[in-house]
This record gives sequence, C-alpha cells and structure tokens, in this order.
Amino acid sequence: MTSFGAVRLRTDMNRLLSLLFHQGVLDEQFLQLQQLQDQTSPNFVSEVVTIYFHESEKQLRNLRNLLLDREMWDYVKLGIHLNQLMGSSSSIGAKRVRNICAAFRNAVEQNNRSACMRALEVLEHEYCYLKNKLHELFQIEQQRVLGDAVRYPGVMHQQ
Amino acid sequence: MGVATDSQFHVLAVDDSIIDRKLIERLLKTSSFQVTTVDSGSKALEFLGLHEDDEINSNQPSVSPNITQEVEVNLIITDYCMPGMTGYDLLKKVKKSSFLKNIPVVIMSSENVPSRISRCLEEGAEEFFLKPVRLSDVSKLKPHMMRSKIKETHHHQQLQENNQEHHKQDQEPIEHNLLESPEVESQQSNGSKRKSMEEETLTRQNKTQIQWWPYCRFD
Repeated sequence: MTSFGAVRLRTDMNRLLSLLFHQGVLDEQFLQLQQLQDQTSPNFVSEVVTIYFHESEKQLRNLRNLLLDREMWDYVKLGIHLNQLMGSSSSIGAKRVRNICAAFRNAVEQNNRSACMRALEVLEHEYCYLKNKLHELFQIEQQRVLGDAVRYPGVMHQQ
Repeated sequence: MGVATDSQFHVLAVDDSIIDRKLIERLLKTSSFQVTTVDSGSKALEFLGLHEDDEINSNQPSVSPNITQEVEVNLIITDYCMPGMTGYDLLKKVKKSSFLKNIPVVIMSSENVPSRISRCLEEGAEEFFLKPVRLSDVSKLKPHMMRSKIKETHHHQQLQENNQEHHKQDQEPIEHNLLESPEVESQQSNGSKRKSMEEETLTRQNKTQIQWWPYCRFD
C-alpha cells in the first residue's frame, strides 16, 4: 500500500468519525475509549464494542420478547433491560441509542403500549445503523494497520 | 518492620455490567492500579473476607479463616444500581465492619440524583462519580488510598507499642504467639485484615472468641 493509501485511510476514518459525531450517533465517550487503547491494550476499543454488540443484541431480544406478549407486559422487566442497555450504550458513547432507550423508558413508565412498540422499532433501527458504522470504522482501521505492517515490516506495533 | 513499600495500590471494582467492569478495569490499570473486578456486592464481601449474613459486631470475628489473608484492598469502587445488594448496601456493610471500615469507598452511578449522592457521602463514601467514569475521575482516587495507608501505618505502630507493653506484663503463651505472628508485626496496613483482634486485650476470657485465629494454640 502506498503512503498515499495510508493517508487516505486515515482521512476516511476521520471523516466517518466526524460524520458519526455530527449525527449524534457517537459522543466524546467514544473518544475516551480510544484514548484508553494503547500498546498494552491495542484492541481495547474493538473488544469493548464487541462485548457491547453481544450484550445489546441480547437485551433487544429480551425487549422484543416482552413486547410480544399480547396480554400482560412485564413493565418491571422492560425497565430493567432498558436500563442495562442505556447504561452500556452510554458507556461506549452510543449517544443516539442511549437517548432512544430513555424515550422508550418514558413510554414504559406511562404504560403507553403504542409508544413502546414504536420506540422498539426505532431502537432496533438505530442499533443496526450504529453496528454497521462501527464495523466500517474497524474495517478501515484494520486496513490501515495491515498497510502499516506491509510498509514497515517488523514494526507492527507502532501505530 | 518497614515503611509501606511502593507497591501498587489494589482496587476492588464492583459492577454488574460487564461493559462497565471492562471499562473501569482499563481506567484503573491505565492509572497503574492493581484491579480485581466482581459482579456483585455479595461477591465483593466474599472477596474482602466478610460473610454477608454475619451481623457486624466488633467483638465477634466474622471472618472465615484462610480466605483473603494475604489480599489487601486499598479502595472499593462500586456501582450504585445493582440487583440484590446495591452499592449503597455494600457501602453500609463495609463501614459497619470493624476491619473493613477504613477502606475508602467510591460510588458510581449513571443517574444524577442529588439525594442519592448526599446519602452516599453521609454514609461515608469518599467520592461519587457519574457514569461514564473518566480518567479524570480515576485520578482523584490515589489521595484517598494514600491517606488510608498513612492512617493504618500509624494505627499499627501504636498497636505495636501497646502490645510490647503487654508482653512485658503478661506471661500468657497465647499472647506470645500472637506477638510473633506476622499479622501484628507486618507493616502491611490493611483494612481487610482482622484488626478486631489487635484491638482487644488478650486474656483467657477472650480465648473462645479467638479460637479461629490460625496462629494461636490453646492446648
């Protein structure tokens, strides 16, 4: 890969990050995660985000299952799962997902079933968008790291 | 006898969220602390050597022997909202325990509830961090741990002086063994070790209370 390619990748990554910040999808907590990544923990961000995906999808399934019950909704359980999803989203800087959880929680507190259904759909949609964009980000990052390795063999860990 | 060595401070982090555990662990390690993470208040108490169902009474040793004798915890940082035992419950139990109460406790919460914050501070928490916790928050922890360590060192020095006086007066073999035990002489100032013993006058009447002490023999 040429050094021009490397520069372009970095630009791509920055551009994507800027976009996500501008859209309010991510907030500065995500930057904090990046700051915590270093040579002793070189994959920290992707590790945390992977755990986040795993946990979030579990919570989203729980939420959907709770809402599938035509008769009685377990509002307490709904609240618990929402709080957990809200907390973890906030911890990785997933601002939009977190805010939708908050709106969803309000709908639960008001026993507003249709608002809850809508909130769940928006939540699933937003989560998918976030996941896709973060995957993109990691792909660009990986290409950049690989490119560095090709250009500077033996100096893999310098980023 | 030595001054507390420049070994790393050890923080016990308690949070039911796996993401937050990973985060706080990284934050603490980045700040050069040793970290142990647990996912509940009851596991935290277990780690500290305190059984949850024991009533905290400074005359009653409530620690099972052989557990965590060598583990020193310099600070506990715990989430507030946890199923079962909340961080607030954990804080109260720690502060009521005669041998844990000097360990500084910090509470974390994602909710900014002023009454919650003041309740925790009143109960003895050193700090209250809003989540997500940042590096700037973690940088506030060291002074609490240093202060605690200094307090413990002075306390231990005083106990040593008291024990030495006792030793001259009293011929009790029990006491003799106790004095030679590394627990008393060690400078490892430590909130999780059993200080209740050191604070008591040793007499034959106390024998039944200290049967669990591994260094004593009563035959």
